[in-house]
Amino acid sequence: MGLIDLANPSRFLGFTDRILPWLIGVTGLLLAIGLYQVSLAPDDYQQGATVKIMFIHVPAAWLAMFGWSVMSLSALGTLVWRHPLADVAAKAAAPIGAAFTLLCLISGSLWGRPMWGTYWVWDARLTSVFVLFLMYLGVIALWRTIEEPTRAGRVVAILTLVGAINIPIIKYSVEFWNTLHQPASVMRLDGPTIHASILIPLLTMAIAFTLLFVTLHLAAMRNEILRRRVRMMQLMQAQAAPGH
Amino acid sequence: MSALAALFLRDLRIAVRIGGGAMMGVLFFLTVVALMPFAIGPDLALLQRIGPAILWIGALLASLLALDRLLSADLEDGSLDLLLMGGTPLELAVAAKALAHWLTTGLPLVIATPVFALFLNLDLTATAAVALTLLAGTPALTFIGLVGAGLTVTLRRGGILLSVLVLPLTIPVLIFGVAASNAAVVGPLPFGTPFTILCALTLVSLVIGPFAAALALRHGQE
Repeated sequence: MGLIDLANPSRFLGFTDRILPWLIGVTGLLLAIGLYQVSLAPDDYQQGATVKIMFIHVPAAWLAMFGWSVMSLSALGTLVWRHPLADVAAKAAAPIGAAFTLLCLISGSLWGRPMWGTYWVWDARLTSVFVLFLMYLGVIALWRTIEEPTRAGRVVAILTLVGAINIPIIKYSVEFWNTLHQPASVMRLDGPTIHASILIPLLTMAIAFTLLFVTLHLAAMRNEILRRRVRMMQLMQAQAAPGH
Repeated sequence: MSALAALFLRDLRIAVRIGGGAMMGVLFFLTVVALMPFAIGPDLALLQRIGPAILWIGALLASLLALDRLLSADLEDGSLDLLLMGGTPLELAVAAKALAHWLTTGLPLVIATPVFALFLNLDLTATAAVALTLLAGTPALTFIGLVGAGLTVTLRRGGILLSVLVLPLTIPVLIFGVAASNAAVVGPLPFGTPFTILCALTLVSLVIGPFAAALALRHGQE
């Protein structure tokens, strides 16, 4: 079943009706396994137990960028392939991606206080992730400002694609500028530099967070489809009202 | 005369003749630059250190405010529909409009910079550096703003939303503009390093801005 088979909203609703309970179950299971592995992971010799904030902070950061990538793909789906549910996917992904970005910023800030001695520093990666958060808010604001959903979808798609330049900037910011945030330890050409006892829980949490994103995203897409149906029915009711 | 040249000259003439053009932007720039010492205090040494940043922020805010006269006047009198239906490629048409907008909004800011630098006790090197970086950077502000203007032109109260959308995209221009100005004054970086990156940002925005704005105008129609 290709993506185009899910273009029919009713079929999409039926599809998510069937798979969403399973997704919720698998997400909960993986989160439980991940947290269990985190509790077993060794403390860092310098940072002690505080290093375990990383198991939330790093997956949240990956998901923040993943969210904008999902929005960019949906934007291409809207503008290039004219997939009917692409703008629904984009609208549903925006608040979830913004939430993961905020989680990344807050968990990083709480981690920075004991480690770096400051809640915030204007280094390259923190600044670019903060700019990503501002762009998420801008996209959400633009969605809410344009009344008609299809037109809003096209306009927001353009803004999403223009803002997608920030994703490689975030990824490579720690390599361009030698500032406070540490360089990449996992997604490197030479392979990860973390020991397996910490890498495995990290990857488990990352997969769990990704499944959480997908579950929330599909549920939000359902809500958006239903919301548009309600809006259409309200419009039809207003048109059929006497004296119209 | 080609259609593009006619459009360009039309925009220039409108911006110069009708109020709210160059002088308004410069006046707002002056207001922001004058406000800063009231808030920061008259410490001349401190003002001299953050002077380039104050001038850059003033120029950025003045550019943002002037953006909504880029396309909305044309929407109101129907010229935007003519541009959309006309024979000239829309990308070139909005690029010509943005160029005329920069000449009448951004360039006066650059010319006013040496005068306002006096308020902030900047010496000759710093003033020259700030003016040069503003000359290289204000086209980027205009063309990135062109994207925002294209996205929000059909909205009734799109003014603040326009600023919210454009501001994150102009942050790199601001960062490198101020970095170049400070590099010229205190080092240790050579002035050329951030300045060439600033020029690169401007050149990229000259390409991406018109294409994104034209796409936004086409798709944003009712």
